[in-house]
Amino acid sequence: MSRIKAIVGLGSCGIAAGAGKVYDKLNELIKTEKYKVSADKTSCIGMCYKEPLVEIIDNDKSYLYGGVTESILEEILEKHTKEHKPVEKYVVHSEYTETEEDVFWEGQVKIALRHCGIINPEVIEEYEAKGGYNALKKIAERKMSYDEVIEEILDSGLRGRGGGGFPTGLKWKFARQNESDEKYIICNADEGDPGAFMDRSLLEGDPHAVIEGMIIAAYAIGANSGVIYCRAEYPLAIVRLNIALQQARKKGYLGKNIMGIDGFNLDIYIKEGAGAFVCGEETALIASVEGERGMPRKRPPFPAASGLWKKPTNINNVETLANIPWIIDKGAEEYAKYGTEKSKGTKVFALTGKINRGGLVEVPMGMTIHDIVFKLGGGIQDGKKFKAVQLGGPSGGCIPASLDDTIVDYDSVNATGAIMGSGGMVVMDETTCMVDMARFFLDFTQKESCGKCTFCRVGTKRMLEILTRITEGEGKEGDIEKLEELSIQIKEGSLCGLGQTAPNPVLTTIKYFRHEYEAHIKEKRCPAKNCAKLLTYEIIPDMCTGCTVCAVNCPVDAIDGERKEIHFIRQDDCINCGMCFSKCNFNAIKVY
Amino acid sequence: MRVKRIEQIRDLKQQAGDEINIELLQPLLEKYKGKKGSLIPVLQGTQDIYGYIPEQAFLEISKKLGYKLSSLYGVVTFYAQFRLNPVGKHIIKVCHGTACHVQNAKKITEILQDTLKVSDGETTEDKLFTLESVACLGCCSLAPVMMIGDETYGKLTEKSTKKIIREIKNSEKQKK
Ligand SMILES: Cc1cc2nc3c(=O)[nH]c(=O)nc-3n(C[C@H](O)[C@H](O)[C@H](O)COP(=O)(O)O)c2cc1C
Ligand code: SF4
Ligand code: SF4
Ligand code: FES
Repeated sequence: MSRIKAIVGLGSCGIAAGAGKVYDKLNELIKTEKYKVSADKTSCIGMCYKEPLVEIIDNDKSYLYGGVTESILEEILEKHTKEHKPVEKYVVHSEYTETEEDVFWEGQVKIALRHCGIINPEVIEEYEAKGGYNALKKIAERKMSYDEVIEEILDSGLRGRGGGGFPTGLKWKFARQNESDEKYIICNADEGDPGAFMDRSLLEGDPHAVIEGMIIAAYAIGANSGVIYCRAEYPLAIVRLNIALQQARKKGYLGKNIMGIDGFNLDIYIKEGAGAFVCGEETALIASVEGERGMPRKRPPFPAASGLWKKPTNINNVETLANIPWIIDKGAEEYAKYGTEKSKGTKVFALTGKINRGGLVEVPMGMTIHDIVFKLGGGIQDGKKFKAVQLGGPSGGCIPASLDDTIVDYDSVNATGAIMGSGGMVVMDETTCMVDMARFFLDFTQKESCGKCTFCRVGTKRMLEILTRITEGEGKEGDIEKLEELSIQIKEGSLCGLGQTAPNPVLTTIKYFRHEYEAHIKEKRCPAKNCAKLLTYEIIPDMCTGCTVCAVNCPVDAIDGERKEIHFIRQDDCINCGMCFSKCNFNAIKVY
Repeated sequence: MRVKRIEQIRDLKQQAGDEINIELLQPLLEKYKGKKGSLIPVLQGTQDIYGYIPEQAFLEISKKLGYKLSSLYGVVTFYAQFRLNPVGKHIIKVCHGTACHVQNAKKITEILQDTLKVSDGETTEDKLFTLESVACLGCCSLAPVMMIGDETYGKLTEKSTKKIIREIKNSEKQKK
């Protein structure tokens, strides 16, 4: 073995950024014996904004490189193999050099993501070497009863990370209480919130942590069968889960009399979703696993009493489960050291949108939104002004910049009208139109409503129509009130969480950005300059060189002017497409 | 519930008799016969084979596995994944999740519509591309994102989008 090891981050995000090519190049360089190094792969470490990432371990010193292309890879290998020194300008993280990116890590505590981007997720021994399956061994060796396991989880204060925030230990207790010869544990890996990818990263980066969490949950509630319900859009996660399941079976972590615990039998299989947001809801998910249309049903009976195939069933989110082995291994007290009084531990957020450092962060509950956006996230792209963050996706809401001292814990976030959600945090700047955002989410929920409840099915459609009208300049006096009224009716008249929370994006934007709604309705103006129909494009005579580019590109020939003379847009014919604006090389077109 | 799909069913009826090799389906049906809760995997497998769920496959699944045709339609039209029309060789999925929306995914779809001369959900005349919108590909930090086949492309711009299409077209030409 050579003393230098190069580890390429091959999560979906890394691959999309070109990490596959870098990995191929690395293997080629090794094969042709240009460099004496060894190659390995890992998954996403969270610095998605610096993908492709390559970690070099040189004499036990680790350097993480970002933005690595094939040629940069060669440059790095050259330096390490010849001088055993890093190429500092590309280093994004290392104990041995300071980098501009160090703030990204300050304040992060990795519990759920403890192995992501560190181990090779396709090699079970790497998980074991980091203490993986120790929690399960601990249960077997100390002969912990299921009550003790449940007690430990209750003491840790862990709450469901899928959005609801229900105490996990309590949920297990209910499932345990219902006697049955067949019980199910289901891992909810549907990750429906568009704009969130915590669960994908976990499944791709550390599938065994989720599986071990499921095994422990199964032991606690007495389940003998497990299902992972995974989005079909996550092919890599499914591949890695399948590999991990096979390895776990081979090593006896799954199967009969697991770890020598008499009568503890469990197998887990994967069920691929088929693209329906509502299937993230527990009862809809169960219907979908049973091969039906994924329609929610009335609760009670809760799944803990009557779930999959009418048997007691416990459903937990991916991130919830990934925390479990850590808690059992290190103890509830250790976990509860982090967080706030009512929200213990850490939470993973997918930081996206107009942010400089987009990626995955795991922070202790209680950190302020300001710190997440400006410290870890490095602030807003292109020096623009921070306007709001969206938490909780289609079920959540916007928290405005003025409330950025809000801390992330379940109660503080709820107090703003948003919800903690599963961890999607989309950052918006001054160019994001809040009415358009509300329209975007209603468009989503309207399409995804299963159609069972009238208010959810028709009400969201009505709201979408009104919002679309407003963004197209056809808003009327009284529209805001109508939206509020519909919101209340939809919340009250819907059976499941989808309908009950669908109005949240509208309500929170009205609450904090009412002036934007009013500008659209009364002044026919979009303050964020986003809504095409409300914009006016005009040529600034002093700047125009008469190059004709705009006139040539205008799809409706609304621009007049001779070559080398000042051009002019006929407002009556202009369709506000913005083509001229994007084509003019002389900044001679203004928009207002 | 996607209303658009009802129109697709109508289309389907009109083009009855599209020729497919139904034998390809038999091993799949054999595998799942008598297994409870296997309808969705069966349909997913069918779509893997044909790229969509052809009418003949509906009839075959109904006959061999004993599902009512109406409940098959019910399930197929409920889930966004299932298609009732043949698709092009390359399926382009443009992400319209929140992060991509904020980073102007609309523009990417417009560019593709323009370049390929199709609307959202349609297939090009040469049957090379089908353009679709999806809700989030899980690569949000690289928004705007699209996926063609198994390949994901991030941080799209007008230029890079056009270039990707051009390259696929060129490599297809070379194959001919
Ligand atoms: C419309 C809707 C969609 C949901 N989508 C998801 C999802 O994608 N992933 C998830 O873990 N939970 C989702 N949930 C929450 C689940 O119903 C459930 O509360 C959760 O999986 C329980 O696990 P936890 O207690 O570990 O959070 C959704 C709920 C609703 C109402
Ligand atoms: S609230 Fe909406 S999604 Fe939920 S059951 Fe009713 S119609 Fe279906
Ligand atoms: S593109 Fe710009 S500079 Fe050229 S004619 Fe149009 S407005 Fe004038
Ligand atoms: S929002 Fe486009 S990849 Fe997630």
